[in-house]
Amino acid sequence: MHNMDNNDLLVKVEGLSKKFCKDLKTSLWYGIIDLIGGLKSNNKVRLLRTKEFWALKDINFELRRGECLGLIGHNGAGKSTLLKILNGLINPDAGTITIKGRVGALIELGAGFNPILSGRENIYNNGAILGFTRKEIDSKLNEIIAFAELEEFIDMPVQNYSSGMKVRLGFAVAAQMEPDVLIIDEVLAVGDIGFRVKCFNRISELLNKCAVIFVSHSMPQVARISTHVMHIKKGVVNYFGIDIAYGLSIYNQDFTIEDTTIIGEDIKINSFLLSDNEGREKTTFSASERMCLKLNLVNNSDYKNYFISVVIMDANLNGVASINSLSQNLKFDKTSYSTEVKFENVFTPGRYAINIYFVENINSHEYKFGKTLSNYRNLCHFESTGGVLVGTVPVQLNSEWIKTI
Amino acid sequence: METRIYKKENNVSVFKILKQSLRDIYASRFLARQLAERDIKAQYRQSYLGIIWAFIAPITTAIVWIFLSNTGTVTLSDTGVPYPVYAFSGTLIWSIFKEALTTPTNSTNSAKSILSKINFPKEALVVSGIYKMLFDSAFKIGLLIILMIIYKVGFHINMMFFPLGLLAIIVLGNTIGLILTPFSMLYTDVGRIVNLGLSLFMYITPVVYTIPETGLMKTLMNINPLTPIMEVTRTMLLGGDFIYLNWYFLVLAISLPFLLIGLVWYRISIPIVVERSNA
Repeated sequence: MHNMDNNDLLVKVEGLSKKFCKDLKTSLWYGIIDLIGGLKSNNKVRLLRTKEFWALKDINFELRRGECLGLIGHNGAGKSTLLKILNGLINPDAGTITIKGRVGALIELGAGFNPILSGRENIYNNGAILGFTRKEIDSKLNEIIAFAELEEFIDMPVQNYSSGMKVRLGFAVAAQMEPDVLIIDEVLAVGDIGFRVKCFNRISELLNKCAVIFVSHSMPQVARISTHVMHIKKGVVNYFGIDIAYGLSIYNQDFTIEDTTIIGEDIKINSFLLSDNEGREKTTFSASERMCLKLNLVNNSDYKNYFISVVIMDANLNGVASINSLSQNLKFDKTSYSTEVKFENVFTPGRYAINIYFVENINSHEYKFGKTLSNYRNLCHFESTGGVLVGTVPVQLNSEWIKTI
Repeated sequence: METRIYKKENNVSVFKILKQSLRDIYASRFLARQLAERDIKAQYRQSYLGIIWAFIAPITTAIVWIFLSNTGTVTLSDTGVPYPVYAFSGTLIWSIFKEALTTPTNSTNSAKSILSKINFPKEALVVSGIYKMLFDSAFKIGLLIILMIIYKVGFHINMMFFPLGLLAIIVLGNTIGLILTPFSMLYTDVGRIVNLGLSLFMYITPVVYTIPETGLMKTLMNINPLTPIMEVTRTMLLGGDFIYLNWYFLVLAISLPFLLIGLVWYRISIPIVVERSNA
């Protein structure tokens, strides 16, 4: 039975370290040494041997029921290694992990599927690996098929499924788990929107019932469900705590700034300046501060009728806002000129990039655009600070609230 | 609630690990069956003849031995039973032993990709391997019985012991297999050496020929621990007087504790192997 006491300490990690080897042959040889060394339980502290490095070093945290830890960090920071150790797949080289209750892992969906067998048969294969008994699967079979929305194709060989269908079936089986500790590794970014929502809802149901450890590169997802965040950098904890916004901001800062990419030479940006309202050069803006972008341009082409579009991108390179010169119907018909645009920092804390597009203007009331004359990706970056990160949406509009009763 | 503790050394006693291992074998019986069922089904579903293939391979071997014997290609030493039956039973027992030895490695290897992602009782892999082996062997044993009827080798009381004999071979083969598996998961060399070693060992085991009266071969066969296994199991199948019984029980008495050690070894080795073998 589930003990629903929310103060249950379910996961305790103390001084966890793990080392890996950079070289295959050496790694295999160490493997043999470790196998034989494993027979006698040596209590010596493990040090790095030649060609080894710490993939994780001195990780400590605790997690209670109802809490969700979001693990963030670059590729190769050690997040997946940590999940593997927590899941008991590999052993640590130092430290202790204590996990109470049933552990469920959403790391690989559809493990044990055989492509030749039907969806129905594979539900049993996958279910067995996830630790269900035949009886449990029998009783949940219809629910699984319905969740996966595969009623029509359940007796078809899985090799004829689309990749989305396979994932749906895999998730539908895994969704039947009732773990105390849930480990999730980026599996949520699968399937179409409709199914993703379904997955998310199922996971949200579990959130309150278990302690969740969650790896994702999608910061909105992390922000939405995490109560704690851990930023790992090269195997070391850079930040651990409940200030999700801070955790995400240091994750974003961590990215090396990409160079500007220029496509098309028709319109050239000779120089630019990102500044505050008074024209002081700046890259960090507080909430609601006026921002000003000044561009010095040269038109190398014969195009006279075009507009400028400024697109603000978040750290995941998703466009979050755009500004264009169409609204004021400005004509940029000189060869060399400058222009400036002012706008308000409505962005939640984080790092943003600015892209500039010069697009030929065709008079049309339909959604048609002309040729893109020039395109500057990553022209510059700015940092938004000070605002409150509520939810995960990148833009927070100023609003007026009126109490009507 | 169940509490799991992971740390670097297995300070837990061997007996505790063994207990966990045996408990997992019992707890994962459905998984083991399901995995075996999956592999067997998949193996035959993608073929037109399907399950008939399970008969074709042993029938072919039987025909070859009948042919060799009828054409006088093999000179018969006195085996006590018609040569095709002798040879077929020999290859049958040998193949069971060979399968029992290689199946822990093969099952573990084919599950490599899920081993590095999902935590499940690994013992189920070994057990499912045994199931698959028994399934294949059942056809061969059936065919042997048909051959025995054709060649009028009577049925007798010894056959009652054959299930035990089969179990003994599985114990011996699996023991060696379990101990070798972690090594062969790391280095592919081990698998090659095992295959080579097995084919060489077959020559000094009375599989398709009897132990000669004198000479170096006799000495080699007599010190080969597989000889008593072969001879005693065959006597169970074909009847006759048990010889080598003492040796047989000695080999088994040694391998039984090693089987338990093998289970412990397998259990503590898998995380080390998973860490180093990429999937």
